[in-house]
Amino acid sequence: MKEPGKITPDLVKAHGLTEEEYEKIKDTLGREPNFTELGIFSVMWSEHCSYKSSKPLLRLFPTSGKNILIKAGEENAGVVDIGDGLCVVMKMESHNHPSAVEPFQGASTGVGGILRDIFTMGARPIALLDSLRFGPLDNGRNRYLLSSVVGGIAAYGNCMGIPTVGGEICFDETYEGNPLVNVMCVGVARRNSLVRARATGARNPVFYVGADTGRDGLGGASFASRELTEELDKDRPAVQIGDPFKEKLLLEACLELLNTGAVVGMQDMGAAGLTCSTSETASRGHSGMRVDLSLVPRREEGMIPYEVMLSESQERMLVIVTRGKEREARRVFDKWDLHAVPIGEVTGDEYLTVLDDAGGVAQVPARFLTEGAPVYTREERKPEYLRKIKDVSISTIPEPQDYDGVLKVLVASPSICSKRWVYEQYDHMVRTDTVLRPGADAALIRIKGTQKAIALSCDGNGRYCFLDPYEGGKIAVAEAARNVVCVGAEPIAITNCLNFGNPTKPHVFWQFRRCVEGMADACRILNTPVTGGNVSFYNENPKGAIDPTPVVGMLGLVEKMSFSCTPWFKREGDLIVLLGECTEEIGGSEYLGLIHGLKMGPIPRVDLEKERAVQNTCLELIRARLVSSSHDCSEGGLAVALAECCMSDSGMGSGAVVELEASPEILKIRMDALLFGETQSRILVSCRPRNLPRIERLARQNKVACWRLGVVRGNRLTVRRIKRRVLDVSLEELEENWGKGLSGGDD
Amino acid sequence: MRFGVVVFPGSNCDDDCYDVVRDVVGEEVDFIWHKERRVEGFDCLILPGGFSYGDYLRTGAIARFSPVMKAIGSFARRGGLVIGICNGFQILLESNLLPGAMMKNRSLRFICKFANIRVENNLTPFTSLCQIGQVLRIPIAHIDGRYYADDEIMRGLKENNQIIFRYCSEDGELSQESNPNGSKDFIAGISNRSGNVLGLMPHPERASESILSSEDGRVVFESVVSTVKRSPRRSLRNDCPPSEEIS
Repeated sequence: MKEPGKITPDLVKAHGLTEEEYEKIKDTLGREPNFTELGIFSVMWSEHCSYKSSKPLLRLFPTSGKNILIKAGEENAGVVDIGDGLCVVMKMESHNHPSAVEPFQGASTGVGGILRDIFTMGARPIALLDSLRFGPLDNGRNRYLLSSVVGGIAAYGNCMGIPTVGGEICFDETYEGNPLVNVMCVGVARRNSLVRARATGARNPVFYVGADTGRDGLGGASFASRELTEELDKDRPAVQIGDPFKEKLLLEACLELLNTGAVVGMQDMGAAGLTCSTSETASRGHSGMRVDLSLVPRREEGMIPYEVMLSESQERMLVIVTRGKEREARRVFDKWDLHAVPIGEVTGDEYLTVLDDAGGVAQVPARFLTEGAPVYTREERKPEYLRKIKDVSISTIPEPQDYDGVLKVLVASPSICSKRWVYEQYDHMVRTDTVLRPGADAALIRIKGTQKAIALSCDGNGRYCFLDPYEGGKIAVAEAARNVVCVGAEPIAITNCLNFGNPTKPHVFWQFRRCVEGMADACRILNTPVTGGNVSFYNENPKGAIDPTPVVGMLGLVEKMSFSCTPWFKREGDLIVLLGECTEEIGGSEYLGLIHGLKMGPIPRVDLEKERAVQNTCLELIRARLVSSSHDCSEGGLAVALAECCMSDSGMGSGAVVELEASPEILKIRMDALLFGETQSRILVSCRPRNLPRIERLARQNKVACWRLGVVRGNRLTVRRIKRRVLDVSLEELEENWGKGLSGGDD
Repeated sequence: MRFGVVVFPGSNCDDDCYDVVRDVVGEEVDFIWHKERRVEGFDCLILPGGFSYGDYLRTGAIARFSPVMKAIGSFARRGGLVIGICNGFQILLESNLLPGAMMKNRSLRFICKFANIRVENNLTPFTSLCQIGQVLRIPIAHIDGRYYADDEIMRGLKENNQIIFRYCSEDGELSQESNPNGSKDFIAGISNRSGNVLGLMPHPERASESILSSEDGRVVFESVVSTVKRSPRRSLRNDCPPSEEIS
């Protein structure tokens, strides 16, 4: 690359900076920025790094709570106290655009980036989860994206030896051309060995550690902050290439380094690479930093300072070391055969100063880079489409003749079917802590050396949020919490990844606000503060913005691991009981979409107080060991939930006989709505017959509806209403349909 | 007795093996860094799973040149017990401490799931507490786990009873459906001629506690303990000086 002689308005525009932003830069610097500085501002003030559109709304999230040690936004990841001197560090991040262009590397480096965010805080990563969205699988490109993204995640996570224990996958036309790849990492640290991403103590040396710098990923943060174009391939150079082996060495070296007491602060060189890590650590530490680019190890010839500062080459870190302890630090890096060079030092002047052979190449106030970006209050407008699709009268929808057929179609649909084809490609057992493997409602990970375990789940439903962003936001949190409750854990905190279209479009920003408001309300009532997250705007394809897709990563805690719960029916003769109420809610369901081709509202309402009561009841039942299984009723409704309880991943399914003879209110609900409607706040449990009275009593005390549905028996799923058989499918047929949905017969 | 768990750059089941030996089996255990040139005071060495050197070039192909491998070769030649699990097995193949090679799984994808393996030979230090034909439920997690050997090697393996574990169904039947990766002759684990070096693709350390839904893998470690404690002569706790290059 050659440095242009003059900063022109076109050049400024090409860097994604507005005139107003450029004026602000000139005012503060008291001069025109040079080309390197322009590059620095373009990435630091990009949406991806500055959150300039989302910041005001993110303040709506509740962020404090008794367990919260480090609040959202203070560091690179949130930190939750789990007692015994331990804490959980967690974060979720998107790698949508890179994965659209180069799916294998895009997904791979997404995993690499989120792992570095966790271990640079001094935590050992113990689990990964992924929330993925693709267009329909009948399009060959989407199948390619799916297999490459899954392959990329597997390649990185498996090599690192961090189990990928859960997540979710969903397919919908809205993600055509703009898949979503959200990766979540969870780590555990001792409370007293957390590391801050701060540069303090003037004259402390700044080390560059890890891979050499190349031109890959140049300007990735800006790339993530605009819409993808049809000429995707042109953006390929903005995608980085991952080296999980190098990262494994970095991980071990960083954690070993902590024992030397030589570390002042650490930060990953992720988005905006050297620029972001130097300015953010300096800004957080109320310091400045001087770095000399001629000392930065490179793998390409002739790179200009602009390129070195903006490169997003992977597996690099910035480590600020206590002066005088350089030797201890070096010893650790040498042991792991890692390249570590001092490239500068912390200064007291609060400026980021960049030098190279020829002298100064940039000098900018560090805080101005990280906090100075203008914050925008974007225009909002309730979208027109909502008026058209809001109402759906059940009377206009034909009632199906063949319920068996409907159920088979639903369980075979890629969004609902078994995800075995995916998770068997992920090493989900390494570290020997995975108590509940993928397939259960949430993953359960024990913490060795304690009696504790943590439960993890990812959830989000773009269709719900498209139809009603506020309720959809609430449901994302409520369902994620319900999932961890179903395995026996108490929900304690969330992280999130908010995937939306272009925020300068008023309807997109309105969707964003309503989703955030819904999530915030749910977090407040369910007592799960937000520990941080990531916003990904500009998710658009030629047809327009994607469905608003907030994804929630839920952390649940089991204080004393003596008993956990799985969704599968266990024992012939056990009774099947539904906690929660049934109502006639059919809008936004998988059933409407798949069987009737309708994407219409109103979506199910969540009464958050009721939700909390149902969750508390389920948790009490599990802790008292009164239930043999518990499973959340979600996509596909009651019938799909029953089917899922019948089919165990280990191949030992149990049938069920269900009699829908209940109160007159339930008899009023049309059959398809009762079986496939997605009414929230419902959990399906099974129990020994002798436990039923105690379960009913507990539910009554908590004012939770409790309906005895039937019994675990035989090898068919049979549903009857007033002696009439509505549904009768053999387990074999169910399993066949459920099992083949994703593999597409390629195994 | 004392186990040693060898740590290569990129090993990632080292902690898991260490934890099982110390906390589940209840024996002494130490890590051995791959740059060590001596291995002293160990009764059994474990080469754990993972991606040594990123599996770049070919699985195990770079790790075989780690300094510790010379000492391990000499330890093995003197009758010391060595277990290679998954990537450890691949390293033993590349080091010629075991015969044969690994190819990509039949599906060409990484596979992580429980598999059933059948004990084919219980006259080894690693299976002494098993019954012949006993089925163990132990997870696999690999992409290069399809064992291959030419006819001559296969003949040797059979003649010397070196096939220790075969993939099978729950009931112990051999069939291609229960051969997860397409290994030749269903091979999941083999030993060397003298029976003191074992390589297996399944991860016994992941199936050694009831909380992890199978305890079947523990028998491998317990067999070793029982063997060493019954005949202390097996123990090679005296020094193993570095020796010449393994041929």
